[in-house]
Amino acid sequence: MTAAVDEHGRRPGLIKPRYGSTSLRVGAATMWLSIIVLLPLAAILWQSAGGGWDAFWGAVTSPAALASFRVTLTIAAGVTVINTVFGLVVAWVLTRDEFPGKRLVDAVIDLPFALPTIVASLVMLALYGPGSPVGIQLQHTKWGVGIALLFVTLPFVVRSVQPVLLELDREVEEAAASLGANNYSIATRVILPALLPALLSGAGLAFSRAIGEFGSVVLIGGAVPGETEVSSQWIRTLIENDDQVGAAAISIVLLTISFAILVSLRTTGARVAKREEMAG
Amino acid sequence: MTLSPLTRHIVRWIAIGYIAVLVVVPVGLILWRTLSPGIGSFFASISTPAAISALNLSLLVVAIVVPLNVLFGVPTALVLARNRFRGKSILQAAIDLPFAVSPVIVGAALILLWGSAGLFGFVENHLGLKIIFGFPGIVLACIFVTVPFVIREVEPVLHELGTDQEEAAATLGAQWWQTFWRITLPSIRWGLTYGIVLTVARTLGEFGAVLMVAANLPGESQTLTLLVADRYNRGAEYGAYALSTLLMTVAVLVLIAQVILDARRSRPAEPALGE
Repeated sequence: MTAAVDEHGRRPGLIKPRYGSTSLRVGAATMWLSIIVLLPLAAILWQSAGGGWDAFWGAVTSPAALASFRVTLTIAAGVTVINTVFGLVVAWVLTRDEFPGKRLVDAVIDLPFALPTIVASLVMLALYGPGSPVGIQLQHTKWGVGIALLFVTLPFVVRSVQPVLLELDREVEEAAASLGANNYSIATRVILPALLPALLSGAGLAFSRAIGEFGSVVLIGGAVPGETEVSSQWIRTLIENDDQVGAAAISIVLLTISFAILVSLRTTGARVAKREEMAG
Repeated sequence: MTLSPLTRHIVRWIAIGYIAVLVVVPVGLILWRTLSPGIGSFFASISTPAAISALNLSLLVVAIVVPLNVLFGVPTALVLARNRFRGKSILQAAIDLPFAVSPVIVGAALILLWGSAGLFGFVENHLGLKIIFGFPGIVLACIFVTVPFVIREVEPVLHELGTDQEEAAATLGAQWWQTFWRITLPSIRWGLTYGIVLTVARTLGEFGAVLMVAANLPGESQTLTLLVADRYNRGAEYGAYALSTLLMTVAVLVLIAQVILDARRSRPAEPALGE
Protein backbone atom coordinates (compact mmCIF):
# COMPACT_ATOMS: atom_id res chain seq x y z
CA MET A 1 0.00 0.00 0.00
CA THR A 2 2.20 2.81 -1.21
CA ALA A 3 -0.45 5.05 -2.75
CA ALA A 4 -0.63 8.58 -1.40
CA VAL A 5 -3.11 9.05 1.40
CA ASP A 6 -4.35 12.22 3.02
CA GLU A 7 -4.35 12.90 6.75
CA HIS A 8 -7.55 10.91 7.20
CA GLY A 9 -5.96 7.82 5.74
CA ARG A 10 -8.01 8.22 2.57
CA ARG A 11 -6.76 8.46 -0.94
CA PRO A 12 -7.70 11.83 -2.45
CA GLY A 13 -9.80 11.79 -5.57
CA LEU A 14 -11.61 8.55 -4.78
CA ILE A 15 -15.19 8.44 -3.63
CA LYS A 16 -15.57 6.71 -0.31
CA PRO A 17 -18.60 4.48 0.07
CA ARG A 18 -20.64 5.72 2.99
CA TYR A 19 -22.86 3.54 5.09
CA GLY A 20 -24.73 6.44 6.67
CA SER A 21 -22.87 9.21 8.41
CA THR A 22 -19.99 8.31 10.70
CA SER A 23 -21.35 10.07 13.74
CA LEU A 24 -24.72 8.36 13.34
CA ARG A 25 -23.08 4.93 13.29
CA VAL A 26 -20.71 5.74 16.14
CA GLY A 27 -23.75 6.97 18.06
CA ALA A 28 -25.70 3.77 17.37
CA ALA A 29 -22.78 1.57 18.40
CA THR A 30 -22.20 3.59 21.58
CA MET A 31 -25.88 3.50 22.45
CA TRP A 32 -26.08 -0.28 22.01
CA LEU A 33 -22.93 -0.90 24.07
CA SER A 34 -24.17 1.49 26.73
CA ILE A 35 -27.48 -0.28 27.23
CA ILE A 36 -25.99 -3.77 27.13
CA VAL A 37 -22.61 -3.36 28.84
CA LEU A 38 -21.82 0.09 30.24
CA LEU A 39 -25.03 0.93 32.09
CA PRO A 40 -25.09 -2.35 34.07
CA LEU A 41 -21.44 -1.81 35.04
CA ALA A 42 -22.24 1.79 35.97
CA ALA A 43 -25.07 0.47 38.14
CA ILE A 44 -22.47 -1.53 40.12
CA LEU A 45 -20.47 1.66 40.70
CA TRP A 46 -23.61 3.57 41.67
CA GLN A 47 -24.79 0.88 44.10
CA SER A 48 -21.35 0.48 45.69
CA ALA A 49 -21.27 4.23 46.32
CA GLY A 50 -24.90 4.25 47.50
CA GLY A 51 -24.10 3.37 51.12
CA GLY A 52 -21.17 5.73 51.43
CA TRP A 53 -17.50 4.91 51.96
CA ASP A 54 -18.08 3.20 55.32
CA ALA A 55 -20.56 0.71 53.89
CA PHE A 56 -18.23 0.00 50.96
CA TRP A 57 -15.21 -0.52 53.22
CA GLY A 58 -17.25 -2.58 55.66
CA ALA A 59 -18.42 -4.92 52.89
CA VAL A 60 -14.93 -5.30 51.42
CA THR A 61 -13.22 -5.95 54.77
CA SER A 62 -15.86 -8.19 56.35
CA PRO A 63 -14.36 -11.53 57.49
CA ALA A 64 -16.32 -13.50 54.89
CA ALA A 65 -15.23 -11.16 52.09
CA LEU A 66 -11.58 -11.26 53.17
CA ALA A 67 -11.71 -15.06 53.40
CA SER A 68 -13.16 -15.25 49.87
CA PHE A 69 -10.44 -12.90 48.54
CA ARG A 70 -7.75 -15.00 50.20
CA VAL A 71 -9.14 -18.25 48.73
CA THR A 72 -9.65 -16.72 45.29
CA LEU A 73 -6.28 -15.02 44.98
CA THR A 74 -4.14 -17.87 46.39
CA ILE A 75 -5.77 -20.55 44.25
CA ALA A 76 -5.72 -18.30 41.16
CA ALA A 77 -2.03 -17.50 41.70
CA GLY A 78 -1.10 -21.17 42.16
CA VAL A 79 -3.10 -22.19 39.10
CA THR A 80 -1.49 -19.44 37.02
CA VAL A 81 2.04 -20.55 37.98
CA ILE A 82 1.33 -24.23 37.23
CA ASN A 83 -0.34 -23.45 33.90
CA THR A 84 2.46 -21.08 32.90
CA VAL A 85 5.05 -23.84 33.40
CA PHE A 86 3.02 -26.60 31.76
CA GLY A 87 1.68 -24.22 29.10
CA LEU A 88 5.26 -23.45 28.09
CA VAL A 89 6.09 -27.18 27.95
CA VAL A 90 2.97 -27.95 25.89
CA ALA A 91 3.60 -25.03 23.50
CA TRP A 92 7.21 -26.20 23.11
CA VAL A 93 6.17 -29.77 22.28
CA LEU A 94 3.52 -28.55 19.82
CA THR A 95 5.98 -26.34 17.91
CA ARG A 96 9.35 -28.11 18.20
CA ASP A 97 8.47 -31.79 18.38
CA GLU A 98 7.00 -34.17 15.80
CA PHE A 99 4.98 -37.23 16.72
CA PRO A 100 1.90 -39.00 15.40
CA GLY A 101 -1.29 -37.50 16.80
CA LYS A 102 0.23 -34.05 17.38
CA ARG A 103 -2.60 -32.30 15.55
CA LEU A 104 -5.13 -34.05 17.78
CA VAL A 105 -3.30 -32.85 20.92
CA ASP A 106 -3.27 -29.36 19.41
CA ALA A 107 -7.03 -29.48 18.82
CA VAL A 108 -7.77 -30.79 22.33
CA ILE A 109 -6.12 -27.68 23.86
CA ASP A 110 -9.09 -25.54 22.74
CA LEU A 111 -11.67 -27.82 24.33
CA PRO A 112 -11.69 -26.03 27.73
CA PHE A 113 -12.55 -22.76 25.93
CA ALA A 114 -15.33 -24.39 23.93
CA LEU A 115 -16.96 -26.31 26.79
CA PRO A 116 -19.65 -24.59 28.86
CA THR A 117 -18.32 -23.95 32.37
CA ILE A 118 -20.98 -26.10 34.06
CA VAL A 119 -19.96 -29.00 31.82
CA ALA A 120 -16.33 -28.38 32.82
CA SER A 121 -17.44 -28.70 36.42
CA LEU A 122 -19.09 -32.08 35.76
CA VAL A 123 -16.14 -33.26 33.69
CA MET A 124 -13.76 -32.56 36.58
CA LEU A 125 -16.14 -34.18 39.08
CA ALA A 126 -16.27 -37.35 37.00
CA LEU A 127 -12.57 -38.03 37.57
CA TYR A 128 -11.88 -36.06 40.74
CA GLY A 129 -15.25 -36.31 42.51
CA PRO A 130 -16.98 -38.80 44.82
CA GLY A 131 -17.43 -41.45 42.12
CA SER A 132 -13.83 -41.23 40.94
CA PRO A 133 -12.66 -44.48 39.30
CA VAL A 134 -9.10 -43.80 40.54
CA GLY A 135 -10.18 -42.98 44.09
CA ILE A 136 -9.23 -39.29 44.10
CA GLN A 137 -11.93 -37.31 45.92
CA LEU A 138 -11.39 -33.57 45.63
CA GLN A 139 -14.99 -32.31 45.87
CA HIS A 140 -15.40 -29.56 48.50
CA THR A 141 -11.61 -29.11 48.81
CA LYS A 142 -9.44 -26.26 47.58
CA TRP A 143 -7.57 -28.79 45.41
CA GLY A 144 -10.84 -29.45 43.59
CA VAL A 145 -11.32 -25.73 42.90
CA GLY A 146 -7.69 -25.60 41.76
CA ILE A 147 -8.03 -28.47 39.29
CA ALA A 148 -11.22 -26.97 37.83
CA LEU A 149 -9.40 -23.66 37.32
CA LEU A 150 -6.39 -25.48 35.80
CA PHE A 151 -8.81 -26.99 33.28
CA VAL A 152 -10.53 -23.75 32.22
CA THR A 153 -7.31 -21.69 32.03
CA LEU A 154 -5.18 -24.31 30.23
CA PRO A 155 -5.40 -22.72 26.74
CA PHE A 156 -4.28 -19.17 27.67
CA VAL A 157 -0.51 -19.65 28.04
CA VAL A 158 -0.28 -22.33 25.34
CA ARG A 159 -2.09 -20.19 22.78
CA SER A 160 -0.17 -16.99 23.55
CA VAL A 161 3.30 -18.65 23.56
CA GLN A 162 2.78 -20.98 20.58
CA PRO A 163 2.80 -18.37 17.76
CA VAL A 164 5.83 -16.59 19.24
CA LEU A 165 7.74 -19.85 19.53
CA LEU A 166 6.83 -20.64 15.92
CA GLU A 167 8.14 -17.27 14.71
CA LEU A 168 11.30 -17.41 16.80
CA ASP A 169 14.40 -17.27 14.62
CA ARG A 170 16.12 -20.67 14.93
CA GLU A 171 19.31 -19.16 13.46
CA VAL A 172 19.93 -17.15 16.62
CA GLU A 173 19.80 -20.35 18.64
CA GLU A 174 22.10 -22.09 16.17
CA ALA A 175 24.53 -19.17 16.29
CA ALA A 176 24.53 -19.31 20.09
CA ALA A 177 25.13 -23.07 19.96
CA SER A 178 28.01 -22.70 17.46
CA LEU A 179 29.57 -20.12 19.78
CA GLY A 180 29.63 -22.77 22.49
CA ALA A 181 26.46 -21.99 24.46
CA ASN A 182 24.88 -25.02 26.09
CA ASN A 183 21.14 -25.68 26.11
CA TYR A 184 20.72 -24.05 29.51
CA SER A 185 22.19 -20.72 28.46
CA ILE A 186 20.36 -20.79 25.10
CA ALA A 187 17.09 -21.36 26.96
CA THR A 188 17.67 -18.64 29.57
CA ARG A 189 19.43 -16.03 27.41
CA VAL A 190 17.87 -16.45 23.97
CA ILE A 191 14.51 -18.22 24.15
CA LEU A 192 13.00 -17.14 27.47
CA PRO A 193 13.63 -13.39 26.99
CA ALA A 194 11.91 -13.59 23.60
CA LEU A 195 8.98 -15.50 25.08
CA LEU A 196 8.61 -13.35 28.18
CA PRO A 197 5.95 -10.90 26.85
CA ALA A 198 3.82 -13.78 25.54
CA LEU A 199 4.25 -15.74 28.77
CA LEU A 200 3.24 -12.73 30.87
CA SER A 201 0.26 -12.02 28.64
CA GLY A 202 -0.95 -15.63 28.81
CA ALA A 203 -0.43 -15.74 32.57
CA GLY A 204 -2.26 -12.42 33.05
CA LEU A 205 -5.26 -13.59 31.03
CA ALA A 206 -5.33 -16.91 32.91
CA PHE A 207 -5.17 -15.16 36.30
CA SER A 208 -7.87 -12.69 35.29
CA ARG A 209 -10.13 -15.55 34.19
CA ALA A 210 -9.38 -17.56 37.33
CA ILE A 211 -10.35 -14.84 39.81
CA GLY A 212 -13.77 -14.36 38.20
CA GLU A 213 -14.56 -17.99 37.45
CA PHE A 214 -17.87 -19.32 38.72
CA GLY A 215 -19.52 -22.09 36.68
CA SER A 216 -16.65 -24.56 36.74
CA VAL A 217 -15.98 -24.26 40.49
CA VAL A 218 -19.54 -24.14 41.78
CA LEU A 219 -20.24 -27.89 41.86
CA ILE A 220 -16.75 -29.10 42.72
CA GLY A 221 -16.02 -26.36 45.27
CA GLY A 222 -19.32 -26.27 47.09
CA ALA A 223 -18.74 -22.86 48.73
CA VAL A 224 -17.10 -23.95 52.00
CA PRO A 225 -16.32 -20.58 53.66
CA GLY A 226 -12.60 -19.90 53.99
CA GLU A 227 -11.75 -23.10 52.13
CA THR A 228 -13.44 -23.21 48.71
CA GLU A 229 -15.80 -20.21 48.65
CA VAL A 230 -14.39 -17.94 45.96
CA SER A 231 -15.36 -14.27 45.64
CA SER A 232 -17.77 -14.85 42.75
CA GLN A 233 -19.73 -17.28 44.95
CA TRP A 234 -19.70 -14.74 47.77
CA ILE A 235 -21.17 -12.13 45.40
CA ARG A 236 -23.98 -14.55 44.56
CA THR A 237 -24.68 -15.16 48.25
CA LEU A 238 -24.83 -11.41 48.90
CA ILE A 239 -27.28 -10.87 46.02
CA GLU A 240 -29.47 -13.71 47.30
CA ASN A 241 -29.46 -12.04 50.75
CA ASP A 242 -30.48 -8.72 49.13
CA ASP A 243 -27.22 -7.07 50.21
CA GLN A 244 -26.84 -5.03 47.02
CA VAL A 245 -24.22 -2.64 48.38
CA GLY A 246 -22.05 -5.54 49.53
CA ALA A 247 -22.36 -7.41 46.23
CA ALA A 248 -21.51 -4.23 44.32
CA ALA A 249 -18.48 -3.55 46.54
CA ILE A 250 -17.00 -7.06 46.09
CA SER A 251 -17.68 -6.81 42.33
CA ILE A 252 -15.79 -3.51 42.19
CA VAL A 253 -12.73 -5.13 43.82
CA LEU A 254 -12.70 -8.06 41.37
CA LEU A 255 -13.32 -5.78 38.37
CA THR A 256 -10.50 -3.46 39.44
CA ILE A 257 -8.03 -6.37 39.62
CA SER A 258 -9.06 -7.72 36.18
CA PHE A 259 -8.99 -4.30 34.53
CA ALA A 260 -5.61 -3.46 36.04
CA ILE A 261 -4.17 -6.69 34.61
CA LEU A 262 -5.68 -6.16 31.17
CA VAL A 263 -4.68 -2.49 30.93
CA SER A 264 -1.08 -3.26 31.93
CA LEU A 265 -0.94 -6.11 29.39
CA ARG A 266 -2.31 -3.80 26.71
CA THR A 267 0.19 -1.02 27.42
CA THR A 268 3.19 -3.38 27.62
CA GLY A 269 1.95 -5.10 24.46
CA ALA A 270 1.77 -1.74 22.67
CA ARG A 271 5.26 -0.84 23.92
CA VAL A 272 6.74 -4.13 22.63
CA ALA A 273 5.02 -3.63 19.26
CA LYS A 274 6.39 -0.09 19.05
CA ARG A 275 9.91 -1.24 19.89
CA GLU A 276 9.73 -3.91 17.22
CA GLU A 277 8.45 -1.36 14.74
CA MET A 278 11.34 0.97 15.50
CA ALA A 279 13.86 -1.89 15.33
CA GLY A 280 12.44 -3.02 11.99
CA MET B 1 18.25 -25.47 20.74
CA THR B 2 18.43 -29.19 20.11
CA LEU B 3 17.39 -31.55 22.85
CA SER B 4 18.82 -35.02 23.23
CA PRO B 5 16.36 -37.74 22.16
CA LEU B 6 15.85 -38.81 25.77
CA THR B 7 15.04 -35.28 26.97
CA ARG B 8 12.76 -34.74 23.99
CA HIS B 9 10.80 -37.87 24.84
CA ILE B 10 10.53 -36.89 28.49
CA VAL B 11 9.27 -33.39 27.61
CA ARG B 12 6.84 -34.83 25.09
CA TRP B 13 5.34 -37.26 27.60
CA ILE B 14 5.08 -34.59 30.30
CA ALA B 15 3.02 -32.45 27.91
CA ILE B 16 0.83 -35.33 26.73
CA GLY B 17 0.44 -36.63 30.28
CA TYR B 18 -0.66 -33.21 31.56
CA ILE B 19 -3.30 -32.83 28.84
CA ALA B 20 -4.46 -36.42 29.35
CA VAL B 21 -4.94 -36.04 33.10
CA LEU B 22 -6.53 -32.62 32.83
CA VAL B 23 -8.68 -32.89 29.69
CA VAL B 24 -8.76 -36.16 27.77
CA VAL B 25 -9.41 -38.67 30.58
CA PRO B 26 -12.13 -36.62 32.37
CA VAL B 27 -13.94 -35.81 29.11
CA GLY B 28 -13.66 -39.44 27.99
CA LEU B 29 -15.03 -40.59 31.32
CA ILE B 30 -18.17 -38.44 30.94
CA LEU B 31 -18.71 -39.78 27.43
CA TRP B 32 -18.25 -43.35 28.65
CA ARG B 33 -20.62 -42.90 31.57
CA THR B 34 -23.23 -41.37 29.27
CA LEU B 35 -23.03 -43.94 26.53
CA SER B 36 -22.29 -47.16 28.45
CA PRO B 37 -25.97 -47.73 29.45
CA GLY B 38 -26.77 -47.60 25.76
CA ILE B 39 -27.71 -44.92 23.28
CA GLY B 40 -31.40 -45.44 24.09
CA SER B 41 -31.14 -44.22 27.67
CA PHE B 42 -29.06 -41.26 26.47
CA PHE B 43 -31.86 -40.16 24.15
CA ALA B 44 -34.49 -40.88 26.79
CA SER B 45 -32.63 -38.63 29.21
CA ILE B 46 -32.30 -35.70 26.82
CA SER B 47 -35.92 -35.90 25.64
CA THR B 48 -37.75 -35.67 28.96
CA PRO B 49 -40.31 -32.82 29.06
CA ALA B 50 -37.97 -30.72 31.25
CA ALA B 51 -35.05 -31.27 28.87
CA ILE B 52 -37.14 -30.47 25.79
CA SER B 53 -38.47 -27.23 27.28
CA ALA B 54 -34.95 -26.26 28.44
CA LEU B 55 -33.66 -26.90 24.92
CA ASN B 56 -36.51 -24.87 23.44
CA LEU B 57 -35.82 -21.98 25.81
CA SER B 58 -32.08 -22.04 25.04
CA LEU B 59 -32.75 -22.10 21.30
CA LEU B 60 -35.24 -19.23 21.63
CA VAL B 61 -32.58 -17.17 23.41
CA VAL B 62 -30.13 -18.02 20.61
CA ALA B 63 -32.72 -16.97 18.01
CA ILE B 64 -32.95 -13.53 19.64
CA VAL B 65 -29.32 -13.00 20.61
CA VAL B 66 -27.72 -13.90 17.26
CA PRO B 67 -29.70 -11.50 14.99
CA LEU B 68 -29.23 -8.64 17.47
CA ASN B 69 -25.49 -9.27 17.63
CA VAL B 70 -25.23 -9.37 13.84
CA LEU B 71 -27.40 -6.28 13.40
CA PHE B 72 -25.26 -4.21 15.78
CA GLY B 73 -21.96 -6.04 15.39
CA VAL B 74 -21.44 -5.64 11.64
CA PRO B 75 -22.05 -1.84 11.50
CA THR B 76 -19.87 -1.41 14.59
CA ALA B 77 -17.07 -3.43 13.01
CA LEU B 78 -17.45 -1.35 9.83
CA VAL B 79 -17.23 1.96 11.63
CA LEU B 80 -14.22 0.75 13.66
CA ALA B 81 -12.39 -0.53 10.59
CA ARG B 82 -13.28 2.25 8.15
CA ASN B 83 -13.55 5.49 10.10
CA ARG B 84 -11.52 7.62 12.43
CA PHE B 85 -13.38 9.43 15.14
CA ARG B 86 -12.86 10.85 18.58
CA GLY B 87 -13.17 8.27 21.36
CA LYS B 88 -12.43 5.30 19.11
CA SER B 89 -9.98 3.73 21.55
CA ILE B 90 -12.57 4.05 24.31
CA LEU B 91 -15.16 2.30 22.14
CA GLN B 92 -12.60 -0.42 21.34
CA ALA B 93 -11.90 -0.95 25.04
CA ALA B 94 -15.63 -0.98 25.87
CA ILE B 95 -16.21 -3.75 23.33
CA ASP B 96 -13.59 -5.95 25.03
CA LEU B 97 -15.00 -5.27 28.51
CA PRO B 98 -17.30 -8.33 28.59
CA PHE B 99 -14.25 -10.61 28.22
CA ALA B 100 -12.87 -9.22 31.49
CA VAL B 101 -16.06 -9.39 33.55
CA SER B 102 -16.88 -12.48 35.59
CA PRO B 103 -20.28 -14.01 34.63
CA VAL B 104 -21.50 -13.61 38.21
CA ILE B 105 -20.66 -9.90 38.06
CA VAL B 106 -22.58 -9.67 34.77
CA GLY B 107 -25.60 -11.12 36.55
CA ALA B 108 -25.12 -8.87 39.58
CA ALA B 109 -24.75 -5.81 37.33
CA LEU B 110 -28.00 -6.61 35.51
CA ILE B 111 -29.81 -7.08 38.83
CA LEU B 112 -28.42 -3.79 40.15
CA LEU B 113 -29.60 -2.01 36.99
CA TRP B 114 -32.89 -3.68 36.03
CA GLY B 115 -33.96 -5.35 39.30
CA SER B 116 -36.92 -3.98 41.26
CA ALA B 117 -34.48 -2.26 43.68
CA GLY B 118 -32.08 -1.28 40.90
CA LEU B 119 -31.26 1.94 39.10
CA PHE B 120 -33.91 1.29 36.43
CA GLY B 121 -36.29 -0.40 38.86
CA PHE B 122 -39.12 1.77 37.51
CA VAL B 123 -39.31 -0.47 34.43
CA GLU B 124 -40.47 -3.35 36.58
CA ASN B 125 -42.25 -1.36 39.30
CA HIS B 126 -44.21 1.06 37.11
CA LEU B 127 -44.18 -0.30 33.58
CA GLY B 128 -44.78 -3.86 34.75
CA LEU B 129 -42.06 -5.37 32.54
CA LYS B 130 -40.31 -8.08 34.54
CA ILE B 131 -36.72 -8.23 33.34
CA ILE B 132 -34.83 -9.84 36.20
CA PHE B 133 -36.14 -13.35 36.98
CA GLY B 134 -37.87 -13.18 33.63
CA PHE B 135 -37.05 -14.01 30.03
CA PRO B 136 -35.62 -10.55 29.08
CA GLY B 137 -33.01 -10.92 31.82
CA ILE B 138 -31.69 -14.16 30.31
CA VAL B 139 -31.47 -12.49 26.89
CA LEU B 140 -29.70 -9.41 28.29
CA ALA B 141 -27.18 -11.59 30.14
CA CYS B 142 -26.43 -13.61 27.00
CA ILE B 143 -26.03 -10.49 24.83
CA PHE B 144 -23.67 -8.97 27.41
CA VAL B 145 -21.29 -11.93 27.30
CA THR B 146 -21.44 -12.35 23.50
CA VAL B 147 -21.20 -8.71 22.36
CA PRO B 148 -17.51 -8.90 21.37
CA PHE B 149 -17.64 -12.04 19.20
CA VAL B 150 -19.13 -10.79 15.91
CA ILE B 151 -17.29 -7.45 16.09
CA ARG B 152 -13.94 -9.04 16.92
CA GLU B 153 -14.22 -11.65 14.15
CA VAL B 154 -15.40 -9.24 11.43
CA GLU B 155 -13.21 -6.20 12.13
CA PRO B 156 -9.80 -7.79 11.28
CA VAL B 157 -11.24 -9.19 8.04
CA LEU B 158 -12.37 -5.67 7.07
CA HIS B 159 -8.90 -4.31 7.88
CA GLU B 160 -7.22 -6.95 5.76
CA LEU B 161 -9.69 -6.43 2.94
CA GLY B 162 -8.84 -2.76 2.57
CA THR B 163 -11.12 -0.31 0.80
CA ASP B 164 -9.96 -0.71 -2.83
CA GLN B 165 -12.95 -2.73 -4.03
CA GLU B 166 -15.49 -0.68 -2.08
CA GLU B 167 -14.03 2.54 -3.47
CA ALA B 168 -14.07 1.12 -6.98
CA ALA B 169 -17.72 0.16 -6.58
CA ALA B 170 -18.59 3.60 -5.24
CA THR B 171 -16.67 5.29 -8.07
CA LEU B 172 -18.64 3.21 -10.57
CA GLY B 173 -21.83 4.58 -9.06
CA ALA B 174 -22.93 1.84 -6.69
CA GLN B 175 -25.21 2.83 -3.86
CA TRP B 176 -23.97 2.07 -0.33
CA TRP B 177 -26.32 -0.88 0.03
CA GLN B 178 -25.24 -2.29 -3.32
CA THR B 179 -21.61 -2.01 -2.22
CA PHE B 180 -22.45 -3.66 1.07
CA TRP B 181 -24.41 -6.59 -0.39
CA ARG B 182 -22.14 -7.27 -3.35
CA ILE B 183 -18.66 -6.40 -2.08
CA THR B 184 -18.42 -6.12 1.69
CA LEU B 185 -20.76 -8.85 2.89
CA PRO B 186 -19.36 -11.61 0.62
CA SER B 187 -15.85 -10.73 1.78
CA ILE B 188 -16.62 -10.88 5.48
CA ARG B 189 -18.90 -13.91 5.34
CA TRP B 190 -16.48 -16.43 6.90
CA GLY B 191 -15.47 -14.07 9.68
CA LEU B 192 -19.13 -13.31 10.31
CA THR B 193 -19.99 -17.02 10.28
CA TYR B 194 -17.35 -17.78 12.87
CA GLY B 195 -18.54 -14.86 15.00
CA ILE B 196 -22.06 -16.31 14.86
CA VAL B 197 -20.78 -19.81 15.70
CA LEU B 198 -19.02 -18.45 18.78
CA THR B 199 -22.13 -16.47 19.78
CA VAL B 200 -24.36 -19.55 19.49
CA ALA B 201 -21.96 -21.71 21.49
CA ARG B 202 -21.52 -19.14 24.26
CA THR B 203 -25.26 -18.45 24.48
CA LEU B 204 -26.06 -22.16 24.80
CA GLY B 205 -23.25 -22.64 27.32
CA GLU B 206 -23.59 -19.54 29.50
CA PHE B 207 -24.23 -20.49 33.11
CA GLY B 208 -23.11 -18.01 35.77
CA ALA B 209 -24.77 -14.87 34.38
CA VAL B 210 -27.99 -16.71 33.50
CA LEU B 211 -28.13 -18.41 36.91
CA MET B 212 -28.06 -15.01 38.58
CA VAL B 213 -30.91 -13.45 36.60
CA ALA B 214 -33.16 -16.46 35.91
CA ALA B 215 -35.91 -17.70 38.19
CA ASN B 216 -34.77 -21.25 37.28
CA LEU B 217 -38.32 -22.64 37.10
CA PRO B 218 -38.42 -25.92 35.15
CA GLY B 219 -40.29 -25.50 31.90
CA GLU B 220 -40.35 -21.70 32.18
CA SER B 221 -37.00 -20.11 32.82
CA GLN B 222 -34.59 -23.02 33.02
CA THR B 223 -32.02 -23.13 30.24
CA LEU B 224 -30.00 -26.22 29.33
CA THR B 225 -27.03 -25.32 31.54
CA LEU B 226 -29.28 -24.54 34.50
CA LEU B 227 -30.95 -27.94 34.05
CA VAL B 228 -27.52 -29.63 34.11
CA ALA B 229 -26.73 -28.07 37.50
CA ASP B 230 -30.25 -28.75 38.74
CA ARG B 231 -30.07 -32.44 37.81
CA TYR B 232 -26.65 -32.84 39.44
CA ASN B 233 -27.81 -31.14 42.64
CA ARG B 234 -30.88 -33.40 42.81
CA GLY B 235 -28.60 -36.43 42.54
CA ALA B 236 -29.74 -37.28 39.01
CA GLU B 237 -26.13 -37.66 37.86
CA TYR B 238 -26.88 -39.65 34.74
CA GLY B 239 -29.28 -36.97 33.48
CA ALA B 240 -26.62 -34.32 34.08
CA TYR B 241 -24.03 -36.41 32.21
CA ALA B 242 -26.38 -36.91 29.26
CA LEU B 243 -27.08 -33.16 28.90
CA SER B 244 -23.35 -32.47 29.30
CA THR B 245 -22.63 -34.84 26.44
CA LEU B 246 -25.17 -32.95 24.33
CA LEU B 247 -23.50 -29.62 25.15
CA MET B 248 -20.05 -31.17 24.55
CA THR B 249 -21.18 -32.23 21.09
CA VAL B 250 -22.00 -28.58 20.36
CA ALA B 251 -18.54 -27.58 21.63
CA VAL B 252 -16.79 -30.13 19.41
CA LEU B 253 -18.84 -28.93 16.40
CA VAL B 254 -17.62 -25.39 17.18
CA LEU B 255 -14.01 -26.58 17.17
CA ILE B 256 -14.55 -28.35 13.84
CA ALA B 257 -16.17 -25.20 12.41
CA GLN B 258 -13.16 -23.22 13.63
CA VAL B 259 -10.72 -25.49 11.73
CA ILE B 260 -12.81 -25.36 8.55
CA LEU B 261 -13.40 -21.58 8.66
CA ASP B 262 -9.72 -20.89 9.44
CA ALA B 263 -8.78 -22.78 6.29
CA ARG B 264 -11.37 -20.85 4.24
CA ARG B 265 -10.35 -17.48 5.58
CA SER B 266 -6.63 -17.99 5.02
CA ARG B 267 -7.14 -18.99 1.38
CA PRO B 268 -8.28 -15.66 -0.13
CA ALA B 269 -5.72 -13.83 2.01
CA GLU B 270 -2.78 -15.62 0.41
CA PRO B 271 -2.54 -13.75 -2.92
CA ALA B 272 -2.62 -10.48 -1.00
CA LEU B 273 0.78 -11.30 0.48
CA GLY B 274 2.34 -10.84 -2.96
CA GLU B 275 1.36 -7.19 -3.22
